Amino acid sequence: MSKYKLNINGVQKTVDVAADTPLLWVLRDHLNLVGAKFGCGIGQCGACTVHVDGQPTRACLTPISSVGKSRITTIEGLSLNGEHPLQKVWQELDVPQCGYCQAGQIMTAAALLKKNPRPTDADIDTALAGNLCRCGTYLRIRAGIHRAAEIAAKESV
Amino acid sequence: MNADHLENAGRRDFLRKSALGGGGLMLGFYLNAADGATKRVAKPSTVPETGEFKPNAFIHIAPNGTVTLISKQPEIGQGIKTSLPMVIAEELEVNWKDVVIVQGDLDPIYGSQSAGGSRSTPTNYEEFHKLGATARTMLIQAAAETWKVPASELIAHDSAIHHPVSGRKFDYGQLVAKAATLPVPAPESVRLKDAKDYKLLGTRIGGVDNPGIVTGKPLFGIDVKLPGMLYAVYEKSPVFGGKVVSANLDKIKSLPGVRNAFIIQGGSDLKGLLPGIAIVADSTWAAFSARKQLEVVWDEGQGASQSWAGFAAKANELSTQPGMDILRNDGDAKTALTAAAKTVEAAYSYPFISHASIEPQNCTAWYKDGAIEIWAPTQNPEAGQKVVTATLGIPKDKITLHITRSGGGFGRRLIPDYIIEAAAISQHLTVPVKLTWTREDDLRHDQYRAGGFHFLRGGLDDKGKLIAWHNHFVTFANKVVKDGKPKLELGSGANLSGDEFPGRWVENCLLEQTPLECNIPMGPWRAPRSNVLAWVFHSFIDELAHAAGRDPLEFRLEILGDKGFIPGTGEQGIPYDVNRMKHVLQHVAEKAEWGKKTFPRGQGQGIAFHFSHRGYIAQVAEVTVSRDGKLKVDRVVVSTDIGAQIVNLSGAENQVQGSVVDGLGALTFQELNIEKGRIVQSNFGDYPMLRIADAPTRVDVHFLKTDNPVTGLGEPALPPLAPAVCNAIFAATGKRVRQLPLLRTDLSWS
Repeated sequence: MSKYKLNINGVQKTVDVAADTPLLWVLRDHLNLVGAKFGCGIGQCGACTVHVDGQPTRACLTPISSVGKSRITTIEGLSLNGEHPLQKVWQELDVPQCGYCQAGQIMTAAALLKKNPRPTDADIDTALAGNLCRCGTYLRIRAGIHRAAEIAAKESV
Repeated sequence: MNADHLENAGRRDFLRKSALGGGGLMLGFYLNAADGATKRVAKPSTVPETGEFKPNAFIHIAPNGTVTLISKQPEIGQGIKTSLPMVIAEELEVNWKDVVIVQGDLDPIYGSQSAGGSRSTPTNYEEFHKLGATARTMLIQAAAETWKVPASELIAHDSAIHHPVSGRKFDYGQLVAKAATLPVPAPESVRLKDAKDYKLLGTRIGGVDNPGIVTGKPLFGIDVKLPGMLYAVYEKSPVFGGKVVSANLDKIKSLPGVRNAFIIQGGSDLKGLLPGIAIVADSTWAAFSARKQLEVVWDEGQGASQSWAGFAAKANELSTQPGMDILRNDGDAKTALTAAAKTVEAAYSYPFISHASIEPQNCTAWYKDGAIEIWAPTQNPEAGQKVVTATLGIPKDKITLHITRSGGGFGRRLIPDYIIEAAAISQHLTVPVKLTWTREDDLRHDQYRAGGFHFLRGGLDDKGKLIAWHNHFVTFANKVVKDGKPKLELGSGANLSGDEFPGRWVENCLLEQTPLECNIPMGPWRAPRSNVLAWVFHSFIDELAHAAGRDPLEFRLEILGDKGFIPGTGEQGIPYDVNRMKHVLQHVAEKAEWGKKTFPRGQGQGIAFHFSHRGYIAQVAEVTVSRDGKLKVDRVVVSTDIGAQIVNLSGAENQVQGSVVDGLGALTFQELNIEKGRIVQSNFGDYPMLRIADAPTRVDVHFLKTDNPVTGLGEPALPPLAPAVCNAIFAATGKRVRQLPLLRTDLSWS
């Protein structure tokens, strides 16, 4: 066991865990941030996606010893009260079915929009290729990202 | 609108108890994610009730006007937690923003709480109207008595009772005290709203848990955390039903973070507590890590010799022999086939597949002083309670079962194997334990969609009419002990009804069935049976239509004929309204411009229909297949008849689009191989699921409202997708897909 000082959602946290513990389980078991989900444990489903220094990252494959001083953002820290355009649009368009994968979808989509404010369908399909939705909400995910992009564009005018 | 995050377990317990009228000590727990602290809240249920108006177990109206509605069925992504309360709210004339939805625990006061078979809507729809109307009637009566005016002068709308003549109104909260003193009228006596006056039903309402979903609140079974909780994993034999001979438990117990490791003897029921080794640790990762060092000697039993290749060879051998069971024998199929102007013969097969719900199976249990409290992502809480009583001897009244949101169901969570495992581990240790299955556990210990083999022959007369149909279905069964005697029991979802289309339609029809014994657990997978039978039958019908040189739509309409309403055969038989099916079929053809579009080679349309779960669905798929054989589904048009009313238009559309995507994923990718009695695949790396780029570009959903009972939509829109796509592939390329998954067939063309 070792102590790690982490920057999670802008707050300093200290945990005492084994060095190989994935960030996902530190968040879920030790910090009670359960928005990032366990789906496969091998980086194939994307349900655990968080931002590490703004990059969408699979928390299930990120050993805590590798995190260092990086800024970790989870779905709980994406916005103060769920007012990120994607969080609002996901509710407006009623994107989720079971909802289990959606935090990961939103985190990946948020990183996409930051890099590419007006993505095409093809851009979306490429960026979100690593996020499975077992319920098949892909059509609404595409529509949701377009709509969020539209809202963000209007707000920035 | 939803007070149902797990931190509100205390409130939920309170509601449950007040509905029951109290008694006993009830403990509730919550997780305060904000400050990381867990707190335990103990509250005697004899807390005085707070003056709520509770005309029944499902409706609580507080003096401040908050209307709390109980959702009794588990929410697994089908939207029931939003849609059924909408029915109450409609009749209650309450503004949706004033409503709070709370998930009910398992409690007989709510009636059946299983969510399966697309039954939640049809079995509750009428009753839920009456529940809301009863409360509305009583609120009107309370206002009438208070104002001393006739009830007929009063109207309810927008969470208030209005007296238009005098311009007075009472908000519901103001009427709570009075209404609570009134006798509850008989459900048959209350007036239900006219459908033309609906304000909520048929509109688009977002899922009540959406705010929590998009902000990462603890909603799911896997998010449960209790004070002092330990984390468990459970290793079972890779060959189903194998027994533990020995394991390196001393080593495991010495590993960091491990609190205990022990063998559970278990039984032989593939849906119950199977033998295995529990590892219990301080954290999920400590348990996962320790498990990597676990060494077990298994007694694998007879199942170790089984393989998919072996099953397929056996099925081929059986194809030439008479079937073991005759499911239907109309006319004389064999003679008619001999005399037919043209015959077509084909073999179709499909593999075992997994549910792969994105939230792996998990369950939290706390055994204490002879009682157990369980938090389970389940579709079937009654089954969970039953297996705990039967296996661990804990009486029903000592089991509290909290239903959490489920990260997908698809039928998997109807089987409570993971619940009994968590309960057994907690009983052994008498501490709260969360059991988490890995994805590998989930894939290798599923209750699988059964594979199957169909050997088909069809006969056409000289006018190209279908006159004979012969199907020998080779399917799978488990050996079980019933009443002390071993017998073969067909796998759940592995059976064929003699009534299944086109049985009952073709004058010479022989349906035979032969089971292969296996020890692979089988369970219902979204639209059981139908999810593959529709593919087999509508693909083969398409083959016959093309052999006859006829249009596949017109050929199908001729088979359906003018039979009108066909009653089912025997007590279990399924009635079939032919006119409803013809209606959706013609509708989908019109919307998809069937027969009116011309496609270049490599593109085409396919059509199919299927009746299941009381729903009549037809679909047209449009596909593009590249020269090198890559499939893109460009558009799917779906016409749906599930009765007189769509409850939540947004949820319904989501279910249909999801069914199309799910159907396409299963069709295209999913396959489990079996070698030496084990599932070969392990995770999403070797068990690919459909990803966003493979989703159809467009799915058009049409709901045809007909004067029929309102029925469910979790399942019936899935089955027609696979044959519609495969028939479109044939139209585009001339290649017929007779084996699933699709990626086994080379679709390239030149």
